[in-house]
Amino acid sequence: MFLALRELTFARTRFGLMGAVVALIAVLMVLLSGLSSGLVVDGVSGLLRSPLHAVAFEDGTKTDSAFTRSVVTSDQRDAWAARDDVAAAELLGTAIVNARSSDGTPVDLTLFGIEPGGFVEPAVGEGRAAADEGEVVLSVSARDEGVGLGDVLTIDRVGTELEVVGFTTDQRTFGHVDIGFLPLRTWQEVHSATPPGQTAPPEAYDTASVVALRGVDGAVPDLAAGDAVAGTDARTLTEAFGSSPGYTAEITTMQLIQGFLYAISALVVGAFFTLWTVQRTRELAVMRAIGASTRFLLVDGLAQAAILLVVSVGLGLGVGLGLGSLLVGTGMPFELEAAPVATGAALLLGLGLAGAAVATARIARVDPVTALGENR
Amino acid sequence: MTTTTTRTGLDLTDVTLTFGDGDTQVTALDHVDLTVTPGEIVAVVGPSGAGKSSLLAVTGGLTRPTSGSVVVGGTDLTALSGAALARFRRENLGFVFQSGNLVPALTAIDQLRLVEKITGRRAATPPEQLLAAVGMAEHADRRPGRLSGGERQRVGIARALVASPSVLLVDEPTAALDRRRSHEIVELLARQTHEFAVATVMVTHDHDVLEHCDRVLEMVDGRLSAV
Repeated sequence: MFLALRELTFARTRFGLMGAVVALIAVLMVLLSGLSSGLVVDGVSGLLRSPLHAVAFEDGTKTDSAFTRSVVTSDQRDAWAARDDVAAAELLGTAIVNARSSDGTPVDLTLFGIEPGGFVEPAVGEGRAAADEGEVVLSVSARDEGVGLGDVLTIDRVGTELEVVGFTTDQRTFGHVDIGFLPLRTWQEVHSATPPGQTAPPEAYDTASVVALRGVDGAVPDLAAGDAVAGTDARTLTEAFGSSPGYTAEITTMQLIQGFLYAISALVVGAFFTLWTVQRTRELAVMRAIGASTRFLLVDGLAQAAILLVVSVGLGLGVGLGLGSLLVGTGMPFELEAAPVATGAALLLGLGLAGAAVATARIARVDPVTALGENR
Repeated sequence: MTTTTTRTGLDLTDVTLTFGDGDTQVTALDHVDLTVTPGEIVAVVGPSGAGKSSLLAVTGGLTRPTSGSVVVGGTDLTALSGAALARFRRENLGFVFQSGNLVPALTAIDQLRLVEKITGRRAATPPEQLLAAVGMAEHADRRPGRLSGGERQRVGIARALVASPSVLLVDEPTAALDRRRSHEIVELLARQTHEFAVATVMVTHDHDVLEHCDRVLEMVDGRLSAV
């Protein structure tokens, strides 16, 4: 560390520039991580924050947009509910609709038709749960768009009127659209395009989009065995995310960008320390001639890289979290979560150190004989 | 002082160093014998390519000779390998390089302290005192960039003495210096050699400074002979 610290101060411009690059990469990492988490929340918080373990779709539905295409029956629900490893099975209707508030403002909604009092029903933070037909509980995020308690939303074309009786405690969105939780019966009427005041055909009251499943003691039930009995296509909750609109495309894009960021950061750090080591070849040869062991020089070189990385990633995290906290709660899908940010920081440190290690390993190949003779 | 190191100087016996083989074989050192006693400074002169640098490399344990033995303080360097050789270098050998070859990031005093870090033990003569001995006490906090060529060389000499070596190997110490400074540096080397009872081998082009040396040898085509 003796030499490492003195070189850091001596070549402070070079190390400062390198540190700034690493810090900026760390800022970008925090912002991308926040955006990623934000997209997950915006995309599937309706599912993520419900106590679901698995979702059973109609057999044969395509993965993409399966939530809106799938149709299941109450018989299939009953088949699932009868299984020993299933604690609860409920019909869940999903549909994306356009609605207007009483003053004509358009409101996009994902309707989740749920069994009142069932496990899918969200906690209500303001107002009360939707108990009767024609009542709806909206995601708290809808309030930011100017919808209030007691407002009446009219669904386009069908004309069904929904009275807002409550808001959820946390954000519940699906495919970037606020969720409206309403009694399954109302959902079935909206879904079958039944005009207000009329009754839907009897079979409509027997269907929903999917069966929401809860396993016993938090375990995921045996999906293959259940599918065989119920004639469905069940997926775990995480797999089911892929069936929400645009989710896979968004997450894959974000992961690709982040993957490149980590690779770039490792390469940039590796390239810097390669140049730095090459620049120091002469003095490394001198130190080896004097009798410095390879270990002494390697430890010193790696300590230098570690100090640079820890300080600059730390700075970048600070700035990134500061900037990020300004974005939370704005219209942007942005959420700061400790685990992904910590993982990202650890990856930046680990990969940076690996890049530096590869570069610093050159030290072992410096020939002390080159210390003799002319200065180049 | 209760303990004193037995100084036996340097002994090269029948040392040959060749590179390549067959028609392209080059003999850098040709059956070289050299004995330097503690407190003696020996100058080796000769044209470029005569094998002077090879002599230093072999004596300093940086290059293994093809045959012959290099004995420093009773230990044959040719019998040591890798880490043991590096250890032997840091404990028994001192190097003075052309234009000092100091570490750019370190102040004069830190150049000496670095050797203490490398050897893992304190210098028998404190670094401050060594710097004072070469007349650099006032510039202890300057980095090489703010020292003149002669000043850098003085720091280089002080650095070579930190580990109390029994053999000091000096590579063209006056290459970048004017006449007056050249004399000062070689005089200093001779003085330190006598004072610290080191066996010193100095390779040089500079015939002006030979008057300060105890013995002068000439190297031509890998052969060493008295002048």
